[in-house]
Amino acid sequence: MSAGPDTPPPDTPPRTAAPQNPAPHHSEPRRSAPRGASTMDAPLLEATGIVKSYGHVEALRGADFAVHAGEVVALIGDNGAGKSTLTKILSGVERPDAGTIRMDGVPVAFDRVERARAAGVETVHQDLALCAQLTPAANFFLGREVLRGGMLGRLGFLDHRAMRERTRAECERLGVRLKSDTVPVSTLSGGQRQGVAVARAVTWARRVVFMDEPTAALGVVQTGRVLDLIRRVRDTGVAVVLISHNMQDVKAVSDRIEVLRLGARVARFDTASVSMEELVAAMTGAASGGEDR
Amino acid sequence: MSVKVGEPVGARREDVRGRAVLERVAGSQVVWIALILAAMVVVFGVLRPHSFATSFNLLNLVSDAAILLLLAIGMTFVIVTSGIDLSVGGVLVFSAVTAAKAMSAVGAESGTALWLGPLAAVATGLAWGALNGFVVAYGRIPALIVTLGTLGMSLGGALLITGGVDLRASSRLNLGLGLDKDLGVPDLVWISAAVTVALAVLLAQCRFGRHTYAIGSNTEAARRAGVRVERQLVKVYGLAGLLAGLAGYLSLAKYGITGVSAHSTDNLQAIAAVVIGGTSLFGGVGTVLGTVIGVFIPAVLQNGFQILGVKPFWQQVVVGAVLIVAVYLDQWRRRAGDH
Repeated sequence: MSAGPDTPPPDTPPRTAAPQNPAPHHSEPRRSAPRGASTMDAPLLEATGIVKSYGHVEALRGADFAVHAGEVVALIGDNGAGKSTLTKILSGVERPDAGTIRMDGVPVAFDRVERARAAGVETVHQDLALCAQLTPAANFFLGREVLRGGMLGRLGFLDHRAMRERTRAECERLGVRLKSDTVPVSTLSGGQRQGVAVARAVTWARRVVFMDEPTAALGVVQTGRVLDLIRRVRDTGVAVVLISHNMQDVKAVSDRIEVLRLGARVARFDTASVSMEELVAAMTGAASGGEDR
Repeated sequence: MSVKVGEPVGARREDVRGRAVLERVAGSQVVWIALILAAMVVVFGVLRPHSFATSFNLLNLVSDAAILLLLAIGMTFVIVTSGIDLSVGGVLVFSAVTAAKAMSAVGAESGTALWLGPLAAVATGLAWGALNGFVVAYGRIPALIVTLGTLGMSLGGALLITGGVDLRASSRLNLGLGLDKDLGVPDLVWISAAVTVALAVLLAQCRFGRHTYAIGSNTEAARRAGVRVERQLVKVYGLAGLLAGLAGYLSLAKYGITGVSAHSTDNLQAIAAVVIGGTSLFGGVGTVLGTVIGVFIPAVLQNGFQILGVKPFWQQVVVGAVLIVAVYLDQWRRRAGDH
């Protein structure tokens, strides 16, 4: 973790309607939620009123979220705000207790990872979710293996060569260098592992990529590469949701910012016109003049 | 890695890959244990050329190992998922008992018995294995406990059915499949070899194997990648049970009795073979070839010691030490690989 603004900024002026965007609070009418930078009709992916509890702990208490095609949205919030839980729900890893997920305005049920993936949603998890003992290609194609043609394919035989070549091509395209594609992921450096995980998600994502702290393990140069990659992905029309503690990264790459606090969305901003102080204020609750729940 | 400008990229890649393959071969446990096995065979062969290195003795050795090999192959799949199956010996016995019962029910010497017997054994083994898999995958109970439980249940069940007295195989089975040879090699060995080759291909070349490795390497990552983890575990434990059932039938054919009290340490022998063969107890790593070698190292030691007149108890001591060394090497390699 780097440079997370853990302390409230000094003397934030009390504000009632803090963010520039007109929809600061979750009390907004749900169906007619005003939009951020995008001019499109229905959001590509939209979550409304998501509730998720683990035992007695309420991780999400009616959280809302929306992302439009071709934009980078940063999802920020303090530790425990519910960012990871929301990401897991929107990528099909966890099921919400209540709430609606819509894609292109149509309600969808991401009750399994396959459902979200089939809808074109991919995730780079914070722990990367790589199998350390498998090769980059095996990880790339895990769960969507390429089989050989004909009879052998029907028996489940893998096309190792096709998967290796595609993996190498995708990694090179994204500037991820692998010194060998036949060694297990465990022998790669942290940056290379991250590169493989990011490249995998980006390769398969047709609509939305969630990236949970994609630069946490990276040095300056590699972080720059990942940020470039995020922009390139956005330019292909795929939406990117960046979950990060790093405000520099967020400011550098995102078009919009949505802020979670205590399991609910508390603010939305246009990145171009928001100050660091305003972000921190929204994250810590200083903006709304104390607890809003 | 610095590269001279102007060097052809393709050549560099081939070069790098060649070196990587070499490094991997040198670092692979399979190569080392294969060398150890070869060295043992050479030493015993030189010391006792007229008793050890005879085709009669070696065929005997192989045919004794054939049944354990089936158990160890199933165990390889299970351990690659980072699980364990302690029940194989019990399932073997239970399956042999069901087969013997089924065969005598239709007339032990009848032709029907010759297909009903193996079917009953394999189906019984599969059922026990699937039970293991279901409880491990959906009940989320550690495999060690589940299979310890089914070991007791299957062994106890076999004793209940037989009243503690071994059932005999029909003479048609015992003198037939138990003794038949093709090209001078016992049919039991052919069967075991064919199953081994098929499953080696399944593990290394097929999607089934890939998912098995993935679960052992990182279960959560496999699940998030869309692998049906629970179903795959049921299949893997089912396969181990099925192989134990087949082993039960072959054991009934070979020894002519169900051997209700002869298989209580089969699980440990199978696990030792798998681990010696380079399969990691932590999952995600292992090969069928390694397991084959891992089965033969204790077998050759035992056979060689007998022929040399060394007390056979030494075999247990040596195998135990080899086992510890194998696990030590595995952990050492894991630590080295993680950084």
